[in-house]
Amino acid sequence: MGEVKLHGTWPSAFSYRVIWSLKLKGVPYEYIEDLSNKSSLLLQLNPVHKKIPVLVHDGKPICESLIILEYIEEIWPHNPLLPTDPYERALARFWLKFAEEKCPAMWIAYRTSGEEQEKALKDTLEMLRAIEEHGLVGKKYFGGEKIGMVDIAFGQIAQWLGVIEEIVGVKLLEPQTFPRLHTWIKNFKEVPVIKENLPDRDEMLVVYKRLRERLLTSP
Amino acid sequence: MAEENKVKLLGFWVSPYVRRVELALKLKGIPYEYVEEDLKNKSSLLLKYNPVSKKVPVLVHNGKPLTESLVILEYIDETWKNGPPLLPQDPYKRAQIRFWASFVHQQLFETWLSVLKSDGEVQEKALKEVLEKLSALEEGIKNIFPEGIQIIEHENVGLLDIVMISVFGPYKVHEEVLGLKLIDPEKTPLLFSWLTALLEIPVVKDSLPPHEKLVGVLKFIRHNALNPTSA
Repeated sequence: MGEVKLHGTWPSAFSYRVIWSLKLKGVPYEYIEDLSNKSSLLLQLNPVHKKIPVLVHDGKPICESLIILEYIEEIWPHNPLLPTDPYERALARFWLKFAEEKCPAMWIAYRTSGEEQEKALKDTLEMLRAIEEHGLVGKKYFGGEKIGMVDIAFGQIAQWLGVIEEIVGVKLLEPQTFPRLHTWIKNFKEVPVIKENLPDRDEMLVVYKRLRERLLTSP
Repeated sequence: MAEENKVKLLGFWVSPYVRRVELALKLKGIPYEYVEEDLKNKSSLLLKYNPVSKKVPVLVHNGKPLTESLVILEYIDETWKNGPPLLPQDPYKRAQIRFWASFVHQQLFETWLSVLKSDGEVQEKALKEVLEKLSALEEGIKNIFPEGIQIIEHENVGLLDIVMISVFGPYKVHEEVLGLKLIDPEKTPLLFSWLTALLEIPVVKDSLPPHEKLVGVLKFIRHNALNPTSA
């Protein structure tokens, strides 16, 4: 089926989206850690956004994690991560778009302070509320009985959000306020492929703390 | 069979997101009922069909609602197989189309809105960003149109064309309201010939909002953004 390479950076949540998808489908790939995050190879593969992850299949680069996930789904359709019914697919894609638009708020909360951070924290809470009220009603996973692309897209909430909360010193996802999400996180992290492919929380804390200090003190 | 395909579109005429769904429906020859929403006084129907973001467009197909314009376009493509396909078959080409559609829809459009809603240094910065992004788009679509663009047939209009037209189709209105050149045939010749070719197609040209009406609305939006207390 051709050579598959994934350019990523540890512990990027966006890299992990692609890792989880490839592993769930049993697709062999070579992982290339992009150390400097602006290597000349990366600039060649993703001249527009200059970001990881980039999937390179048969020498052809695909950028943007959610676009990569749709590509993987089409090339390796076994163990489907999207529903086959067009309406259900469209509902799933709504949540993918939602994740794309709203998840950045938690990262803005992480790398800012003051008013900007206040707003980002508020936006993150709103996002969590919408998911709690409308995304998980009567479902074990966003994908139903098995995890799907939407679960993968929201994976950041399962591990990265907790790290951000600790660093920033604000608890957003209280189990009493978000019972469905709380249960989902537990279930999500128990899925074997996810469990075996989660970055270590303590190591993440070290990296993200250090990065945040640099970001807040840089001119 | 006709009753099984009831399509309703909740929209707002200014919204490029709504216009792109309408254009897709028209290109595919899908009959639909259009409901204009007053966004300052949202109907209970809109709130029922889109409780999450309460926004238009909402496509209701046989009573089932869908939101998010790009999601709706893919749904239309998957559900109505007659009429021209909006996405290519090849997965890599599909990924390219999705990439650039998302780029125009989010990156370009949002930055252009900043240009509309600001002045002075802020506007200068936003404008520089728009022009840079238009250059990136010009470069990027060379892979999609390797032989350049002369004529585009009705049947070959696809998702990326639709998104591009919905945002930049009225570029002459934008240029008039802002007093600057946006789609310069010398700086971005491919984008210029792409838009020109698309606007030759009657159904595409008709999808544009009336020139004067849009000038009025954009000037109004700009004025309100620059004078928030005088609203």
